[in-house]
Amino acid sequence: MPANGKPPQTIITVRGLGNSFGDQIVHEDLDLEVRRGEILGVVGGSGTGKSVLMRSIIGLQTPTAGEVHVFGEPTIDREEGELQDIRKRWGILFQGAALFSTLTVAENVQVPLREFYPRLSPGLMDEMASYKIVMSGLAADVGPKYPSELSGGMKKRAGVARALALDPELLFLDEPTAGLDPIGAAAFDQLISELQKALGLTVFLITHDLDTLYAICDRVAVLADRKVIAVGTIPELLALDHEWIEEYFKGPRGRAVESAIGADKSKAAPPTGAGARKGPSASGADPGKGASG
Amino acid sequence: MSTTADFSQEMDGDACVLTFSGCLTLARIGDLPQRLDGVTGDRLVLDLSRVDRMDTVGAWLVHKLARDRGAEVRGVDEERSKLLEQVSQADQPVKLRPDRTPPLYRVLGQVGDATALAGRTMLGLLGFFGALLIASWNLIRNPRRFRGNAVTQQFEVVGVHALGIVGLMSFLVGIVIAQQGAVQLRQFGAEVFTINLIGRMSVKELGTLMTAIMVAGRSGSAFAAQIGSMKLAEEVDAMRTIGVSPMEALVIPRVLATVLLMPLLGFYSAVISIVGGGLFAWLSLDIPPVTYVQRIREVVPMTDLWGALIKAPVFGLIIAMAGCFQGMQVEGDAEQVGLRTTAAVVQGIFLVIVLDAFFAVFFSSIGWV
Repeated sequence: MPANGKPPQTIITVRGLGNSFGDQIVHEDLDLEVRRGEILGVVGGSGTGKSVLMRSIIGLQTPTAGEVHVFGEPTIDREEGELQDIRKRWGILFQGAALFSTLTVAENVQVPLREFYPRLSPGLMDEMASYKIVMSGLAADVGPKYPSELSGGMKKRAGVARALALDPELLFLDEPTAGLDPIGAAAFDQLISELQKALGLTVFLITHDLDTLYAICDRVAVLADRKVIAVGTIPELLALDHEWIEEYFKGPRGRAVESAIGADKSKAAPPTGAGARKGPSASGADPGKGASG
Repeated sequence: MSTTADFSQEMDGDACVLTFSGCLTLARIGDLPQRLDGVTGDRLVLDLSRVDRMDTVGAWLVHKLARDRGAEVRGVDEERSKLLEQVSQADQPVKLRPDRTPPLYRVLGQVGDATALAGRTMLGLLGFFGALLIASWNLIRNPRRFRGNAVTQQFEVVGVHALGIVGLMSFLVGIVIAQQGAVQLRQFGAEVFTINLIGRMSVKELGTLMTAIMVAGRSGSAFAAQIGSMKLAEEVDAMRTIGVSPMEALVIPRVLATVLLMPLLGFYSAVISIVGGGLFAWLSLDIPPVTYVQRIREVVPMTDLWGALIKAPVFGLIIAMAGCFQGMQVEGDAEQVGLRTTAAVVQGIFLVIVLDAFFAVFFSSIGWV
């Protein structure tokens, strides 16, 4: 459980990170801290290296400079075996869900369990797969289906179920709502928020979705100019008066979401169902409700 | 803090109180599930007040006892009751495995499926041939739609780039025929007939057949993979909506290039094979090149070459059609591209060999022996 009352602990510490591909420098002297129990949103323009940052943290990409600590342990330049203990404590949802195509959804969820806890009884493993599948918001009949039979949203949910298989403390999500319809995306936001509350998760969330940022993120880190230029709540970021941040949150799309969320929060009782559903800002209002409810 | 999950059992009146301690988490669960199964008693009370940490696994075990044995849960704070609630909400009958069918039915089903698939593929290939003919006819009527550039590019990929590997293969095959033939014929003192063997085999059969196999492996598979990934990326659909016929833009250039280049490659292969055999004959059998060439001209009838040149374009057509057809069949995910590519090569080579047998019988019966 998160440390109640104690000062926030940092779970991920990134110091002086540098990444480059050939001549192209992606990160230079990048610093970032993720605190226990928070949902940190990571935003940035296309090609600013959001996914590369995540891959550096989880040890899939060896940076050219800097150090990364997760749970107080360095993750860079470690032997395969040394990271196993950390790997038990995090779960990762890749952009395309990265489900194993030759396994069914249930088998996919059980892969980490079999790998790390081979001595669990098959009965308990099946039960765990069942409740993880339901918790991730999947229908009860998708267990025996193969990833190719699933829609994009269902794949992402199955990916979450697999990421949660080991009851991790830390969850990495790479653009979880990209490609989902607004209803599906709002439901996904709510799912993440609920799971985060119930399991005391720390979430590292890469997203382009302003709805998600407003609805569930505790803090937002902005990636630009090869580093994290600012971290904070959205009002804090807006107070910084940075051009790109202004444009990101105050652009036409940002304003629409902001006003929808603001309107939703200012009204104690939302308008009657029919009116709310007809409203053009329904997509923005839903995640707002999800976060508050 | 990180202690293994444990519980102690004591009686309180008629109730059996299980006091849990340690971490009820996946990493620390140990043999707790098995031990819990061994607990007997009608009225169970679960005391969680001394538990350090609990995750969904711990919550699930508690929930299961509460569900199956009617156990009463005590000592939970708000956070944990929320977790228990989450887990109990997630307790729904979930199907994890596909329905099992008896082995006999399964085998019968597989045989049936395979037969139906083979039938459908042959029909599909026939339909594809028809579509190709229609597209060709349309192209002949509107020659300005003909894509010269695409065809030239395919010439390069299918033909020029294959020269190296086909040449090397044919050279080695020529040497092997010569060497093996010489060993056998030496037993009858008929070593000199090795030349007949090399000449006739290279020109009549192996040149074309080996080239066809090589082209199927190189180009047939490439056609299937290229068109398949274009289908996956919806490029083919985009073409259609813009008004470009995929048949004209993708299939005809590839088929045309393969049909035109197969005879050339086959002839080239036969020549290199004869060169390889000749080199062996010169170095190992002491047959000078001049004699060798003269003998080759005497023993290889022109009909062998005509036969090869008739067969080659047909083989090319089959290979290119199998490749393009399988590519066009790709739907769904990337795995399909791999499967279809394999199918394209297997079908291409299989049909080529079947047709080669027909050609052999046909040429014999019209007297081209």
